[in-house]
Amino acid sequence: MNRIPAVLLALLAVPAAADEITVAVAANFTAPMKQIAADFEKDTGHKAQLAFGATGKFYAQIRNGAPFEILLAADDNTPAKLVTEGAAVAGSTFTYAIGRLVLWSARPGFVDAKGEVLKKAEFNHVSIANPKLAPYGSAAVEALTALNLIDAVQPKFVQAENIAQAHQFIATGNAELGFVALSQVMKDGKISEGSAWIVPANLHQPIKQDFVILDKGRGKPAAEALMKYLKGDKARAVIKAYGYDL
Amino acid sequence: MPDPSDLAAVWLTLRLATVTTLILMVVGTPIAWWLARTPSRWKGPVGAVVALPIVLPPTVLGFYLLLLLGPNGVIGQFTQWAGIGLLPFTFWGLVVASVFYSLPFVVQPIQNAFEAIGDRPLEAAATLRASRLDAFFTVAVPLAKPGFMTAAVLGFAHTVGEFGVVLMIGGNIPEKTRVVSVQIYDHVEALEYANAHWLAALMVVFSFLVLLALYTLNPTGKRK
Repeated sequence: MNRIPAVLLALLAVPAAADEITVAVAANFTAPMKQIAADFEKDTGHKAQLAFGATGKFYAQIRNGAPFEILLAADDNTPAKLVTEGAAVAGSTFTYAIGRLVLWSARPGFVDAKGEVLKKAEFNHVSIANPKLAPYGSAAVEALTALNLIDAVQPKFVQAENIAQAHQFIATGNAELGFVALSQVMKDGKISEGSAWIVPANLHQPIKQDFVILDKGRGKPAAEALMKYLKGDKARAVIKAYGYDL
Repeated sequence: MPDPSDLAAVWLTLRLATVTTLILMVVGTPIAWWLARTPSRWKGPVGAVVALPIVLPPTVLGFYLLLLLGPNGVIGQFTQWAGIGLLPFTFWGLVVASVFYSLPFVVQPIQNAFEAIGDRPLEAAATLRASRLDAFFTVAVPLAKPGFMTAAVLGFAHTVGEFGVVLMIGGNIPEKTRVVSVQIYDHVEALEYANAHWLAALMVVFSFLVLLALYTLNPTGKRK
């Protein structure tokens, strides 16, 4: 393993040896976390191995001995639950990002700037992450309910296991449009392809995404370092660039 | 206790497996016959294509089906042109996927049974002036009966056990594409372990009984 220059060490106040940690990351946070992990390794010498997936599945795996040291959940319930059950470090939870929901289509011009397309109902399938499992899915249901459109749109739901698959259904054109995380379709502060309506945040409960250090990461310097790093300006700038609120 | 959505998933799975098995018996028998009898040098390549789903991860099959059946895919454009619409997220989409996915499990046992018959019974039938079609139905099919039984049972059971492909192209729609394996996955992810146990145990019992029946009633029709 690489030794870190002493100056950098003093600057960041991290321990001498570079460490490797395994981090379970909510699917919607895939793109920003890859970037943050690369910066993190460059700046601290610690290596973060990333596993992406659905928070509910991670919960089941963590409770059954999965080797994750940190969880970046898609919600705030799961980290809190893990702490209550003694599977995570109390006091290590914090909200690293607040998710924004977007109605997105791979076709340019299909989704208008106000989401009126939902009322026209000229589509067969609306892709959505399973509302029972995924915070972005339940936020979409809340928004549709607030708009009085739930009864009209629900029969057209196709449910994905997580937000990454919801995106895939739309990207392949099998669903004309659907609800995904803004972070999946935004790059450098802009919608990178297709057409989108950013759902106003007041139409659903805030999608608070919490960080927690798990039992296996207790006392590990790299875990503490990543926690500090995610709270830092550099990481926060990346998170904001992907469309998250903070 | 099972809830109504669990029972709906069970019913849907049984329907999917039944329809798939029926189609596969019709489609798979001529393929198996050709593979068993042909001297063609295409025998190897065709046999390999039929066997692909055994080795390919379901995600590969699901991914390509999603692209092929989608609006920009070859099959998707054909189904739209034919007025059927798009197949992903529909029951018939799952049937098409399952036919691909379970094809080797039906073709191979029938092919093995046909090969085991050899030429002589068919030559004998020919000397008795049976037409080739007549010989096929009155000689080959009855002799290959254990192979057909094995094929039907494995095709059915393998379709019931399908997960990855359904996950990729199903869209998890109640009573249309939410089969038992997907329902179990959802229960586990939602931390509803009691419901997951009920269905998972049912699957274990079902699978065991199917294989037990296969090996007890049909000891010669071993899985190859």
